[in-house]
Amino acid sequence: MEINILAFGQVAEITGKTNWSVPYVKDTGELRVLLEKSYPRLQSIEFAIAVNKKLISDNSELNDKDVVALLPPFSGG
Amino acid sequence: MRYRRQTALKEFGIEGQEKLIRSKVLVVGAGGLGCPVLQYLSAAGVGTIGIIDFDKVELTNLHRQPLFGMDDIGKFKAEVASIKLSSLNPEIKFDVYKIKLSSANALELINAFDVVIDGTDNFSSRYMINDACVLLNKPLVYGAVLGFEGQVGVFNLVDKNNGIAANYRDLYPQPPQPNSVPSCNENGVLGVLPGIIGTMQAAEAIKIITGIGSPLRNIIVSYNVLNNFYYEITISPLKSKRIKFPKTKSEFNNYDYEWFCGEVYKHHEITLEEFDILRKNDDINIIDVREIEELTDSTEFSCIKIPLSRFKESLSKLNTNNTIVVICQTGKRSLTAVKLIKDEFPECKAYSLQGGISEWKKHNQNNPV
Repeated sequence: MEINILAFGQVAEITGKTNWSVPYVKDTGELRVLLEKSYPRLQSIEFAIAVNKKLISDNSELNDKDVVALLPPFSGG
Repeated sequence: MRYRRQTALKEFGIEGQEKLIRSKVLVVGAGGLGCPVLQYLSAAGVGTIGIIDFDKVELTNLHRQPLFGMDDIGKFKAEVASIKLSSLNPEIKFDVYKIKLSSANALELINAFDVVIDGTDNFSSRYMINDACVLLNKPLVYGAVLGFEGQVGVFNLVDKNNGIAANYRDLYPQPPQPNSVPSCNENGVLGVLPGIIGTMQAAEAIKIITGIGSPLRNIIVSYNVLNNFYYEITISPLKSKRIKFPKTKSEFNNYDYEWFCGEVYKHHEITLEEFDILRKNDDINIIDVREIEELTDSTEFSCIKIPLSRFKESLSKLNTNNTIVVICQTGKRSLTAVKLIKDEFPECKAYSLQGGISEWKKHNQNNPV
């Protein structure tokens, strides 16, 4: 059982990779804690979270092989 | 003649062209994103195009803003753009605004157009344009770039299948901490990237106006130019609106976007002199946020005592119609309290007293009231 992560922008810069897998966790809240433990700098930035290409705003349940995208805001033009 | 190659498309036709000619599109920002948007919308025959930009052309713009040349350096972008675009297509009416879009002028400006394109380069403008479009019910074509990655999407355009019209606040309810996201000035941007994203924004605007295809409504696309990775995310409206955003035109006019995005934190402090002037005014509430055990001294003015430790839960009881001045011992905690007030009541005039009570006492010994 695993969760696939896709990182964009600053999140990818902090984690040093754009896609990887982590062992299964039950929801996005737990995933966030796990990621922030591995990459503490994630605590200081904002990012939107999408599960299987759908934006989520509250803690959401995860299933095996779900794809979680971490999308920080950009402002450049 | 001019439009024959696109009117020949059976989905587009003469009808599509007429829709474009009758339409009015506002392009906010004539920079990396704005240039391709303006070039393609002018070429395609959008009848009226508004260009807002208060900036002037700089040498470092040219790698990604090929609408401009060496002779244009130092000239207003909006003005240069309208001259060049008029020569590209003299049939277009250009409304040129060499001003900064603000909460005082945004609603009036945006209201005169059918579609708005965000080509700005800062968060406060992005939130302001989004909120104005929500209030005025205007479709917004969003685009943003940084480094090698860009985002594009269409907000505030109802999906007739489910009645949903999401917006920027559903994607990012609150702005990032000031200075936590680098700008293109600091971080850099590959010149061709805003060209790609801006051209996608122009295509979205044309699809919205003519009704062909499927615009990116309620969708945000992330595109990486280095590996051509393209990823779509569907946005749905937030269930809990945690951040208050303006619901009426007057709330909008009074909403301080630069403050909301942490761009002008310091402007919300007042000096001792300003405080003495304000104090003579009846419509001012002074709040002391020091903890009860600290309040050993008496002040010569009346104030409401709400310790910072209990400030959050007392917010709802504040009279935010009056100007609020928050004080503490040295002026640090009062600034935190002002931030709390402004997060909850962005339209409230709230200030922190610089230097706090200790400086005010010194000042008053020297300048007796």
